Amino acid sequence: MGALFTKDTQAIFWNNNASAIQRMLDYDYVINRTKPSVAAIVAPTSGNKFEKFFYGPDEIMVPVYRNTAEAAAAFPHADVLLNFASFRTAYDVTMEAIAIKGQFKSVMVTAEGIPERLARKMNQAARDAGVIVIGPATVGGIAPGAFKIANVGGTIENIINSKLHRAGSCGLVTRSGGLFNELSNIISINADGIAEGVAIGGDRFVGSVFIDNLLRMESNPEVKYMVLLGEVGGTEEYKVIEAVKSGLIKKPIIAWCIGTIAKHFSSGVQFGHAGASANADAETAAYKNTAMAEAGMFVPASFNDLPKTIADVYAKLTKEGVITEIVEPELRTVPKVRRKKEFICTISDDRGDEATYAGHPISSVATPETGFGIGDVISLLWFKKRYPKWATDYLETVIKTVADHGPAVSGAHNAKVTARAGKDVISSLVTGLLTIGPRFGGAIDDAAKYFKYANDRGMSPAEFIDYMKKEGKTISGIGHRIKSVRNPDLRVSGLKKYAAEFFPSTPLLDFALEVEKLTTSKKDNLILNVDGTIGILMVDMWRALGYSEEDIDGFIDAGALNAFFVVGRSIGFIGHILDEKRLGMPMYRHPTDDILYNVEYADEI
Amino acid sequence: MAQRAIREYDGKAIFSKHWENYFSGFRYGFKSVLVTNGDDLRAKAQEHGFEWLKQEALVAKPDMLFGKRGKNDLVLFKTTKPGDVTLEEAAKWIDEKIAHETILLTGQKGTLTHFIVEPFTPHTQDQEYYISATTVGEDDVLYLSAEGGMEVEEGWEEKVNEVTIPITMDDANIEHLIRANVPAGIPEVNKERFIAFAEQFYKFYRDQNFAYLEINPIVMVENDMHILDLVARLDDTAGFMMGDAWCGADFPTAFGMEDQSPEEKAIALADSKSGASLKLTILNPMGRIWTMVAGGGASVVYADTIADLSGNVADLANYGEYSGGPTTGETQFYAETVFDLMTRHKDPKGQDKILIIGGAIANFTDVAKTFTGIIQAFEIYADRLKSHNTRIYVRRGGPNYEKGLKDIKEAADRLGLYIEVYGPETHVTDIVRMALEK
Repeated sequence: MGALFTKDTQAIFWNNNASAIQRMLDYDYVINRTKPSVAAIVAPTSGNKFEKFFYGPDEIMVPVYRNTAEAAAAFPHADVLLNFASFRTAYDVTMEAIAIKGQFKSVMVTAEGIPERLARKMNQAARDAGVIVIGPATVGGIAPGAFKIANVGGTIENIINSKLHRAGSCGLVTRSGGLFNELSNIISINADGIAEGVAIGGDRFVGSVFIDNLLRMESNPEVKYMVLLGEVGGTEEYKVIEAVKSGLIKKPIIAWCIGTIAKHFSSGVQFGHAGASANADAETAAYKNTAMAEAGMFVPASFNDLPKTIADVYAKLTKEGVITEIVEPELRTVPKVRRKKEFICTISDDRGDEATYAGHPISSVATPETGFGIGDVISLLWFKKRYPKWATDYLETVIKTVADHGPAVSGAHNAKVTARAGKDVISSLVTGLLTIGPRFGGAIDDAAKYFKYANDRGMSPAEFIDYMKKEGKTISGIGHRIKSVRNPDLRVSGLKKYAAEFFPSTPLLDFALEVEKLTTSKKDNLILNVDGTIGILMVDMWRALGYSEEDIDGFIDAGALNAFFVVGRSIGFIGHILDEKRLGMPMYRHPTDDILYNVEYADEI
Repeated sequence: MAQRAIREYDGKAIFSKHWENYFSGFRYGFKSVLVTNGDDLRAKAQEHGFEWLKQEALVAKPDMLFGKRGKNDLVLFKTTKPGDVTLEEAAKWIDEKIAHETILLTGQKGTLTHFIVEPFTPHTQDQEYYISATTVGEDDVLYLSAEGGMEVEEGWEEKVNEVTIPITMDDANIEHLIRANVPAGIPEVNKERFIAFAEQFYKFYRDQNFAYLEINPIVMVENDMHILDLVARLDDTAGFMMGDAWCGADFPTAFGMEDQSPEEKAIALADSKSGASLKLTILNPMGRIWTMVAGGGASVVYADTIADLSGNVADLANYGEYSGGPTTGETQFYAETVFDLMTRHKDPKGQDKILIIGGAIANFTDVAKTFTGIIQAFEIYADRLKSHNTRIYVRRGGPNYEKGLKDIKEAADRLGLYIEVYGPETHVTDIVRMALEK
C-alpha cells in the first residue's frame, strides 16, 4: 500500500500507441524524471525491435517485444502494464500479465466493452494475485510529479495549469474519465492540486473500485484528504460509507455522485455510462449523496457547489497545519518544434573533442600501451562491450587463422583475375569478397547455426547426424579434402588447445567432438574442420560471456561470423592483389582448351 | 449498453439451438413462431414443419420485452374455455391488437408489432417450477423455486432458494452447491431431474453469455420440458465471441420507446456513421434551457445542475453530448439540430431561452475547430435565436480553447446574439447559475 506510483515507476505499454507514449515521455521530461516511464512496448505484430520517441529535444529508443513475457524478462522492474489492447484481446493480455509471477503490481485496462463475464474473471484473478486493475474503460490515473498513465491530464499546458506536474495533497477518485481533468482543475484552483488520482472506469465491472483506491490513499502519507466523484447506479459508494463509519478511513472525504437528474425520468433515458443506471432507490445519486453526507463526508448541495466545499476543507486542513505550503519545482519545457532523426548510431560518436568507440576515445584504444588490440576494437564496435582478454585473443586468433588460404580458392582467384584486368585495389578486393557466401567461407556460419540448433534442442550426436541426413544437408564444419584423424589440421589443433586452456567452458565444442567421433568412424577425413571449429567456439565464447541463446542466434542471423571471415580474408586478398601489381602480370584469359563447348543452334518457337 | 433484452422467441430459439449440448436426456419441442400480423401467422401455418398451428390449440401474446402480459390481459389462451384458440382466432386477435394503441398498467404506451404464438400446454399448478439466473455484485446467482407462475413474486423470500456462485467456481463445486440448495418443495420423483436441469441451465446461461435468464414457469412432465414464459438479456459486449450461437437475435427498443423524433433519429444516424459520439434525447420540446455539451460526464453534470438550480426539471429541454473529436461538419449538424428544435415554440411564459454550450476540459479535441461548426450554425440560425430572446452561455477548456472562445464571442457579437464565454478558470457548471440568476 502507500503510493500507487513513484518517480521510478516504469511501465510496459501493450500496443504501440505512439501518441499516448509520446505524451508520457513529454510529461517525464517536463517533471525531470531520470528514467522514461515507458520501459518497453509490446506489439505482437510488429517486426521492429524498437520505436523512436522524443525525450525533450532529443530522441530515445524504446524497445519493442512480441509478447509481455519477453518484455517483462528484459525489464523485471517495470511493474505497471498499460493494457491498450482492444476489447477483443484485453482480457487475454491482462491474464497473461497476471500469470507472470511477481512482475506487475498494477494493470491498467483501457478497452471499453470487454465481455462482462471475462471482465469479472479478470478482476477476480487480479485480486487473487494481489494485482491492482485500473479499469476497464478508463483513461487511467496519475501520481503528479512521478508517473502519468497515457492520456490522463490532456495537453502539457493543461497539465501545468491543473498542477498535475507536481504532487498536491488531494487523493482523487472518479468513475468518469472525462471529468477527471475537470476535477483536477477544480482542485488546483480551490486547493493545492492532487497527490494521486485514479479514474476507475465506466464499465459495469471494474477491477479496483472506490474503496480499494481510497484505502490505499488513506495509507499514503502524501494524501491529506480525498475527493470522490461517484455516479448513479451500483452500490460501491456504500463500501466507502462503511469504511468511514467504522473508522477505517479517517481522512476527510469530499464526495458527490453525478446523475441526480435521473430521478426525474422514470425510465428509458440513459444518463452516463454503461454502469450508470439505478436498479433500486439505494443506487440513485440523490440517495447515495444523502447517505454519504450522513456518514460524515463533505457533500455539497449541488455539483455546482463542489468547488466551495473543496476550498473549505482545504482551508480547514491548512489552518490545522495538516497541509503545508508546496515549494513549486523547476520544470523543463518541451520544444515546440522537434525533428525526427533519419539515422541512428549506437556504436560510435564523433561529436565531442575526440571520436569514441562505444564511449572509449580513439586515443585510449589505439596505441600499444593502452592494452587494446584489434580484438578489443572489434568487441567495442561490433558488440558494444569490452570483452575479456581470453575472448579478444580468440577473436584475433580467428582473424589470423582465416587470413589466407592460398591463391587457388575462388575468392583469391577472382581478386587476382580482377587485379590483372588492371582494376584498382578496391575493385579487386570487392570481387574477392563478393565470392564469400554459402559455398565459400559460409561453413563457419552454418556450422555454428546447425550445431547450436541441435545442442539447444538436446539432440544426441547420433540424432543430429540423422536429422541432417533427413534434411538432405551435409554437416557444415565436418570434413576436409586432405586432412584426417591421422593427419590432423594443425590450425584446428591450435584453436582447440587455446580454448581448452582459456575458455571457461566449451559445451558446444564438446558436443561437436562427439559428433566427429561418429563421423570419423565412418570415414577418416570427416573431421571437425577449421571453419566448424571457429564457428562453434565463437558460440561457446558468447555463451561464456553471458549472452542469451536468443542474442547469439541474433548474432549468427546478422552475419557476425561471416564478418570475421570477411575481415580476416581481406588481409589475404589484399596480399594477392598487391602481389599481382608487384609482378605486373598481364590480363588473364582462360585457355579455350580448358572449356567444354557444347552449343546448339537455337530453334524458333 | 452492455446488457440488452431479447425477445422471448429469440431466447427460446437459442435454447433450442443448444439443447442437445446442454440438456440431452430432456426434450424440448420449440414450437414457437414470431409474427407481426394475422396474415403473417396464416402464411406461417402453410409452411412445412408448422402444421401444428392448424392442428393444436394455440396461445398468442405480444413479444416486445415487457412483462406482466397476463395482468395486462394480453395473453390469448381461450375464447370460451382455456385451450380452444384456433389459428384463425389467433390471427384475428393479433390484427385487433395491432389496429390501435395499447396502454400498459405501467402507463407505457405504444403499438404492438410482434407476437409469439405457441401451442397451448395443459398442465397443473404443481408441474410449474421457477428458475432464473443473473449477476448480483460480482457473483452469479441462480434462483430456484418449486412454485412457478405469477405468484412466485409474492412471498419470494420463502419460496425461492438463492444459490450464489462465485465467478471462479469450478463445475464440480457448482454442481455440489446446486444439489445442496434444491428447493424443499420439489417432489421426490422430480428431484434428480430438477437438479440435473438446474445445473445445465446455469452452465447454458453462463456459456452463452446471458446477463439474465428466467423461465417462469417451466413445466416438467417426465423429461418433457415446456418453457412457457421466458425473459432474457444478453451481454452484447460478448457478441463478437458468439458467432451464430445467438441465432441472430436482435435487440429491440423497449415498448413505448420506439417513437423517437425525426431529429433524434437523425442524430442517432449521424452517430452510427461517425467515429465521434453524437447523442440527443429530447426531454421536453417546450423547455426553455437547451444544452449542447461536449463529453458524457459533463453532459450529466449539466443536466444535474440545471435540474437543481432551476427548481423545475421541465425547464430542461434536452440531454445529449457531442464528443470523441467530431468534425466541424458533424458539430455544425448537431448545433443546427438543437437550434432548430429550440426555436420552434415561443416560451409559454415569455421568458428568455437559454442555450448552454458547455464542456469540461478536453483532453485532445481541438476546441476552436469544433466551435467553428457551432459558429457556422449561428450564421444560419441567428435571427431565429434572437427572436426567442436566446441567451448563450459558453464554458470550455482544452487544446486551443482561447481561440475557440474568442472566435465564438466575436461571431455572436457580430450577429447580435447575447453571449457570455468562460474558460477553465470558471467552474464547469457555473454558467448554469449565471444564466438562471440573470
